[in-house]
Amino acid sequence: MGTSRRKFIKISALGFGGAAVAATSLETIGLNSYLEGLALENSLEKLKQTATYCEVCFWKCAGWVHSDREGNIHKIIGNNIDPHCNGRLCPRGTGGVGMYSDNDRLKKPLVRKLIDGEETFVETSWEEALTLIASKMKAIKEEYGAESMGLLKHGAPGSHFEHLFKAFGSDSIAEPAYAQCRGPRETGFALTFGSWVGSPEPTDIRDTKCLVLIGSHIGENMHNTQVQEMSDAIDQGATIITVDPRLSTAASKSQHWLAIKPSTDIALLLAWMNVLINENLYDKAYVDKYGLGFEQLKAHVQEYTPEWAYGITTIKPEEIRKTARIMAAAAPATIIHPGRHVTWYGDDTQRARAMAILNGLLGSWGRRGGFYFKESISVPKFPHPPYPTPKWGWEDIGEKYPFAEMGITNELIRASIPSEENEHPIKAWMVAGTNLNNSIPNKKLLEEAIDALEFMVVVDTMPMEITGYADVVLPECTYLERYDGIRSATNREPSIALRMPAVPPRFDSKPAWWIAKQLGEKLGLHDYFNYDDYKEVIAWQLKEMGTSLEELEKIGVKKFKRKSGPMYLEDGQNYEFLTDSGKIEFYSAALERKGFDPMPKFTQHPEPQPGYYRLNYGRSPMHTFSRTVNSPNLNDLKSENDLWVNPKVARILNLKKGQYVWLENQDGVQSSFPIRVRVTERIRWDSVYMVHGFGHNNKKLGRAHGKGASDTQLISQVAIDPIMGGTGMRGNFVKILTENPTKTLEV
Amino acid sequence: MRYAMVIDTKKCVGCSDCVVACQTENNVPIGYCRDWITERVEGTYPKVELELRSERCNHCENAPCVRCCPTGASHIIDGGIVLVTPNECIGCGACIESCPYDARFQHPDGYVDKCTFCHHRLEKGQLPACVSVCPTKCMYFGDLDNPNSEVSQLLKARKHKTLAPEAGTKPHVYYLI
Repeated sequence: MGTSRRKFIKISALGFGGAAVAATSLETIGLNSYLEGLALENSLEKLKQTATYCEVCFWKCAGWVHSDREGNIHKIIGNNIDPHCNGRLCPRGTGGVGMYSDNDRLKKPLVRKLIDGEETFVETSWEEALTLIASKMKAIKEEYGAESMGLLKHGAPGSHFEHLFKAFGSDSIAEPAYAQCRGPRETGFALTFGSWVGSPEPTDIRDTKCLVLIGSHIGENMHNTQVQEMSDAIDQGATIITVDPRLSTAASKSQHWLAIKPSTDIALLLAWMNVLINENLYDKAYVDKYGLGFEQLKAHVQEYTPEWAYGITTIKPEEIRKTARIMAAAAPATIIHPGRHVTWYGDDTQRARAMAILNGLLGSWGRRGGFYFKESISVPKFPHPPYPTPKWGWEDIGEKYPFAEMGITNELIRASIPSEENEHPIKAWMVAGTNLNNSIPNKKLLEEAIDALEFMVVVDTMPMEITGYADVVLPECTYLERYDGIRSATNREPSIALRMPAVPPRFDSKPAWWIAKQLGEKLGLHDYFNYDDYKEVIAWQLKEMGTSLEELEKIGVKKFKRKSGPMYLEDGQNYEFLTDSGKIEFYSAALERKGFDPMPKFTQHPEPQPGYYRLNYGRSPMHTFSRTVNSPNLNDLKSENDLWVNPKVARILNLKKGQYVWLENQDGVQSSFPIRVRVTERIRWDSVYMVHGFGHNNKKLGRAHGKGASDTQLISQVAIDPIMGGTGMRGNFVKILTENPTKTLEV
Repeated sequence: MRYAMVIDTKKCVGCSDCVVACQTENNVPIGYCRDWITERVEGTYPKVELELRSERCNHCENAPCVRCCPTGASHIIDGGIVLVTPNECIGCGACIESCPYDARFQHPDGYVDKCTFCHHRLEKGQLPACVSVCPTKCMYFGDLDNPNSEVSQLLKARKHKTLAPEAGTKPHVYYLI
């Protein structure tokens, strides 16, 4: 490389960006450059700070967007007083500016047109796009009823459209966050303790003495305060026990890593119950006072000895006993963590029940170092007429699953496929902020439903795969460019956070609230959208809450005093749980009434055939779902996923580190793109692992297209949880192909 | 004054927040980084150990990069921070070759770049961006000459190591193990 001095001099004229880098070191070398440096720093000091809460994931950490007068966002820093982040954003939040600066963003409303016999997207005006959508919605309402408009959504934009749909007369609403993610644990814990786990989880990790993770990989999932508190717990000398077939990051921080055979977790949980009960290690006073059905549970678990579990889980009996004793010694400051993405094998509600029951035996619910009683403050509803009552809605669509507490996406999708027996026909969708192609397993079902739809609108910031199926695509602006609803946090103490635009929307993108309002106006629903700017709604709400928009603009986050009483149970305190019986239900009569096992049992799940490996998937700390892979900042940290393969497997198949391979699952589904092999001792020989969210096939995602493989594509076997309708996705098996199976593959 | 960074490998989860925070704080162009994550796996399943650590310029007391710099662009300032003065750097790359930690890179604008311990923030009484953002709070920063500083105390209390001690560079980044 030759001298680059000329190049460097050139950049000093380039202005702010280039010079700011130099300034850090220029300061020190002499008077003139020191002054230059100071001048630059002073201009840096003038960066505007705008309150926001993050939308890169669902944790919604509050922060400050630092931007200059020209509207360039320099950095995003956590808000020190926010209980979701304590001033420390995760890599996705810190790199959140990439959501804004990505030039692959959706720029203009697009409408599907047939030109020369070919379907194509044509740019259109907002007026034309919205008029078209409103007329389609009216037509659906007239012909089938408003209920036949389905909304599939996620995150902040979803709530604006939920309001629109309810005002329109449809409650046919679902989000992958339930049936593809945390639904089973909400149902399982609600059946036991009477309340959801919710988000953020009320796990008192900060003060725990023993944290037990069942496949939950905190640290790879960057659920911010969970990660922070796990670190605090490590500092405090807490014991971590991790049950995972893979040496996850959390497993590597654990004193006890139980390298379990995949799909056998319930056997271990039952054996732990057996030890706690038979060795009299459970919290007797707590169980006597608050529990129901302990004697039945005791009888139930007698056959589930550690020796029995050994044969199933491959965890040695002495290891099972030892870890059970450690949990009991630390109790009630022991947390059997409910996990988050828990739709694994179809008996997931029962596994969540088993985890809840263990927490009950250890007396950790409502105890310091276990689970605290969370509290949030309710944000007053901006006045509008009552919603009309739909004739049917998400509950009816998911009626086969008696304990579903939210809309089941996969059932809403099924209801979109016309059939004789379908009493709740969905005819059109709005999809907001969720890339269904990379979140809903069973691609065939999804595509069949989409084919049958009369109309489909997608609202997103990025040209995600789902946009390719839409009739109309609406470009939403990113969280850094818009107002959104006030974030009310459920936490140790209630708090609220403000999101306001730091910069004007790029391109011709618009905030979701604006899109919802425009559609509302066109549908004659003005009274539900009685404001010109969503700012008015927020200002009104904040005033009602005894604060003001001006105050929140300055502080970003405001905390409130608890009103529901202490965070923990006091010794001997009378307490009524919100279950049917008012007790912690070890034995669930509610489940029994509907024909389900009142106490969890172990069920054998399918195992890989020779030559096949169980496909496990998880998270990387730099990405959220499939949403962030194209972000310039986050793509720079991780641009593709790897296939984790045990060295023994690599030897048998003659796989080399870094080699690209293709995957084919048990149903012959092949990965569209190759994935790089990572040979590692961190994984069992009976499974392979990849990070979820890669393998994008939309070429408009310039950085993400064709990079890595999509786990979702390879999940064609889905084990539905009969209790709440969740889609168990870990019963898929792949073989590894070293040659490209499709000669015509586009890369 | 001897600035040092102490990083607790028992807490680091390798999330790369330090990397992206550095990039946005210091305007490091995308595709380059001043700090990075290293993962070391040892053992055989299921007896496996994993160490994750955030790495960067070690701000060595005995810095080979400074010794080999033909223009004096690489230099050590008060507090022991190793810096590069961009407009004195000719981009010859000798320092890149000499660094046992591979901590330096050619900035696309034609000079050699690396971690500055966020020297511009220290002057304002702020911690380096990576330290202030880390969700696991696994990074500590302070003065080794002050026996009461957090870094001195941690090094006194905990087992620790530096990277490539055999190079004799006397690094100022320590890893708690």
